[in-house]
Amino acid sequence: MSDNLPDTLAQRLTARLGADIVAATEWRGETVIEVLPENWLRVAQLLRDEAEFRFEQVVDVCGVDYLSYGQAEWDTTDVSNQGFSRGVEGQGPGRFRWSERPLVAARHGRFAVVAQLLSLTHNRRLRLKSHCHDDALPIMPSLTALHPGVNWFEREAFDLYGIVFDGHPDLRRILTDYGFVGHPFRKDFPLIGNVEVRYDAEKQRVIYEPVSIDPRVLVPRVIRDDSRYDQAQAEAATSAAAGK
Amino acid sequence: MQEIRNYTINFGPQHPAAHGVLRLVLEMDGETIMRADPHIGLLHRGTEKLAESKPFNQSIGYMDRLDYVSMMCNEHAYVRAIEKLVGVEAPIRAQYIRTLFDEITRILNHLMWIGSNALDLGAMAVFLYAFREREELMDCYEAVSGARMHATYYRPGGVYRDLPERMPQYKESRWHKGGDLKRMNAWREGSMLDFLEAFCKDFYSKVDEYETLLTDNRIWKQRTVGIGVVTPEQANAWGMSGPMLRGSGVAWDLRKKQPYAAYANVDFDIPLGTKGDCYDRYLVRVEEMRQSNRIIEQCVKWLRANPGPVMIENFKVAPPSREEMKDDMEALIHHFKLFTEGYCVPAGETYSAVEAPKGEFGIYLISDGANKPFRLKVRAPGFAHLSSMDEIVRGHMLPDVVAMIGTYDVVFGEIDR
Repeated sequence: MSDNLPDTLAQRLTARLGADIVAATEWRGETVIEVLPENWLRVAQLLRDEAEFRFEQVVDVCGVDYLSYGQAEWDTTDVSNQGFSRGVEGQGPGRFRWSERPLVAARHGRFAVVAQLLSLTHNRRLRLKSHCHDDALPIMPSLTALHPGVNWFEREAFDLYGIVFDGHPDLRRILTDYGFVGHPFRKDFPLIGNVEVRYDAEKQRVIYEPVSIDPRVLVPRVIRDDSRYDQAQAEAATSAAAGK
Repeated sequence: MQEIRNYTINFGPQHPAAHGVLRLVLEMDGETIMRADPHIGLLHRGTEKLAESKPFNQSIGYMDRLDYVSMMCNEHAYVRAIEKLVGVEAPIRAQYIRTLFDEITRILNHLMWIGSNALDLGAMAVFLYAFREREELMDCYEAVSGARMHATYYRPGGVYRDLPERMPQYKESRWHKGGDLKRMNAWREGSMLDFLEAFCKDFYSKVDEYETLLTDNRIWKQRTVGIGVVTPEQANAWGMSGPMLRGSGVAWDLRKKQPYAAYANVDFDIPLGTKGDCYDRYLVRVEEMRQSNRIIEQCVKWLRANPGPVMIENFKVAPPSREEMKDDMEALIHHFKLFTEGYCVPAGETYSAVEAPKGEFGIYLISDGANKPFRLKVRAPGFAHLSSMDEIVRGHMLPDVVAMIGTYDVVFGEIDR
């Protein structure tokens, strides 16, 4: 494994791929490389075919919507006089209807595609990541020619996030209903959805109606930027050292 | 001459052999399949999106409901992802309990699989035999968590509570009394570990019973030998894992290759197939039950000898005990904050996978530092397996599709999510 080699996987990838990589990081034994969409296919092919890497399996491909990343509903740094309402009137995920959805703030690279690669030969994992250029029409080259198994994973990312995979042989919806409108996992899609179905006894068929339920998320989204985890880790490290 | 053309048939979603809600559109030439187009998503509940609106711990219960025949393995992957981001590790006893219950879950899953697959292919009796043992193991689920299936037993930082000192017993009723009741409760006089020990000793002979019914059965072999052959190259290309991959002769098991929990400390073998057909996968799964039983025996032995904590003493992640909570102001505050707001997970992302009974079950978790996940992606083994359906069944006959669905071991809770 990577221990007996001079460089870490991230370093070797940077050396081999050079300018094709936007960033290569290693954190707690997990290597992540980020590439531009135009290099997506080339890097994936290289990672699959070169004996040094040989990532023969794509375990998973998924979309991510980075809209509202890092936004909280509860200000924990300043004292305020708004009290309870700040916790219940938030606009976080799940707390709005379609008509109240937050307007999309321009954010470059809102949509990302993440592939988890696995090398059986070297017993190693790698995460390959890329942000789509266009937020209105996110496009990513399809990996289906290299790994036929990603077919459904890409269909899923298209269905749930509206990411279009260029070169995919059969880009249909996969998880949502026949005739579904919208991409439900986008952060500006309401958790309660848009329509509900029921059987209408008079019409003798299943009919679609606008949703009748209210958004109901009880716990506000809170970000606490405190040092307790660092502290806990430091304590664990010292106790481990003392144990030795 | 009569004009002959292909026709399309619709299989499911309400079909007993579809294992849930699989709709399969098959293009047939006579009885030969030219193209298979599985339609999935009929059980899509948006688990991943729901998780984004809840504190981390409240989604553990949803994990049980993904692959609802291997409940605790799903929890394990999720809990491990959180632990990795937070940077805590469960105590060693909790790791052994998790290993124990992962293997109990594997047996539960394979028993369900062997029963229903045999039922699909026309062997009624196996189902009844398999469910007899499933019942005993479900009682273990109930004994530790209070629920027979959806346990929510694993928590970040350990497991919810230690193993019970007493195994619940059958009560007297109009149908079970006297010697009958005594026989049913014979294993249940002591603790849960005593019960499991008795179960394990007996279970090898039970696996032999299933094998007597199937392994040399002529009809069973006619339906499975040489059907649905997956080559190792195909298995890799389609992202297969678990028994699907091992049935094709690839020695890959996360429990061995990337050990987690206490798997590095227990002794077991990985069974491999040679031809990659349905029959080989059947043999692999049967042998896996025996190996799981071996692991359970070792865990029982270890757990008996090594008492200790089963949850970390970090009140920012794990709640304090009830007694402490009622006595100590600070413990009360911790308890209140944990069960209302939850804990914040440091920003970062991780992918954690476990060897679930069906294959690699992975959780990709992105946190932006909040008390709720920013993005949770469930990598279900069945999803990858089922996507290869078209390639594998092309050229087979219609009844072979049923054999193939069975051997994929599909459960729609995890595929549709």
